[in-house]
Amino acid sequence: MTPEEIKQKGTKVYTKPELLNDTPMHYCPGCSHGVVHKLVAEVIKEMGMEDNAIGVAPVGCAVFAYSYIDIDWIEAAHGRAPAVATGAKRLNTDALVFTYQGDGDLAAIGTAETIHAANRGENIAIIFINNAIYGMTGGQMAPTTLEGQKTATTPYGRRVDLNGYPLKISNLLAQLDGTCYVTRQAVHNPAAVRKAKAAIRQAFENSLKGLGTSVVEVVSTCNSGWKMTPAKANEWMVDNMFPAYPLGDLKNTVEK
Amino acid sequence: MAKVIGTVEINEERCKGCDLCVVACPTEVLSLQPKEVNNRGYHFAYALNPDSCIGCASCALVCPDGCIEVWRMVEK
Repeated sequence: MTPEEIKQKGTKVYTKPELLNDTPMHYCPGCSHGVVHKLVAEVIKEMGMEDNAIGVAPVGCAVFAYSYIDIDWIEAAHGRAPAVATGAKRLNTDALVFTYQGDGDLAAIGTAETIHAANRGENIAIIFINNAIYGMTGGQMAPTTLEGQKTATTPYGRRVDLNGYPLKISNLLAQLDGTCYVTRQAVHNPAAVRKAKAAIRQAFENSLKGLGTSVVEVVSTCNSGWKMTPAKANEWMVDNMFPAYPLGDLKNTVEK
Repeated sequence: MAKVIGTVEINEERCKGCDLCVVACPTEVLSLQPKEVNNRGYHFAYALNPDSCIGCASCALVCPDGCIEVWRMVEK
């Protein structure tokens, strides 16, 4: 059977999410941001919230998310997305409000905003892309950089005696009473992508139900910053990132 | 015996040639163009062995740029 016949007789099982527009994304080839953007666009469409969703994208590679997903966006100052989202959610109580932050943003400059928003139990969802590096500015060390990992500012590898330990901020957030759901996911293979989508869906639903703060950490690759091919970066992530940041739910107080 | 078959369509101009779909494909359908490039200079993905496709959509799920559309049907 020819491809044309299969297209006519068969069913379409996958297409680009409707909310993801045709603007070419500026992300490097193979960047995990693209996959997570797709998942966010799919989940919002499936929930029928496209007219009532507010995303908050602070500084980082994903600052241009407003160009790619056709919902309302607010651009926040570096690290301040949870604070901005707090205001947006308190004034628009029926809206789906979420932040989309990287590790340098959420775990370094925005530590205070993140922890206090989660501690207040704001009804927002936080999507946290953890690629263990500052991707946008040229691959400098981030708080989440692994011990021994080479970056632009740690050319001989991160030293614990000099730079401290990798910050497991999701574990910190899971300790707070304000959070209802803290999970760590990845998007390196099809099964992981499906799980990550379910996690994002649950986080968004928790936010709408007013159950507290939900955090979805996505352990990601930064192949440009790590100086690897996308496929090799995925392998490196499985071998090195997953032992330090094991996948799974860290906290789930919501009954299914 | 009923057999599941599928086909993929790749948006060549949107593709950045990251190779993740090629790695994800369980039946080795996809490959990157060895010489040809798109308008942005990337060696885009294409179906090298289209007949092997089972329409599992693994390639489309991992594609960061949403370039791949997948159809599936049961051939009787």
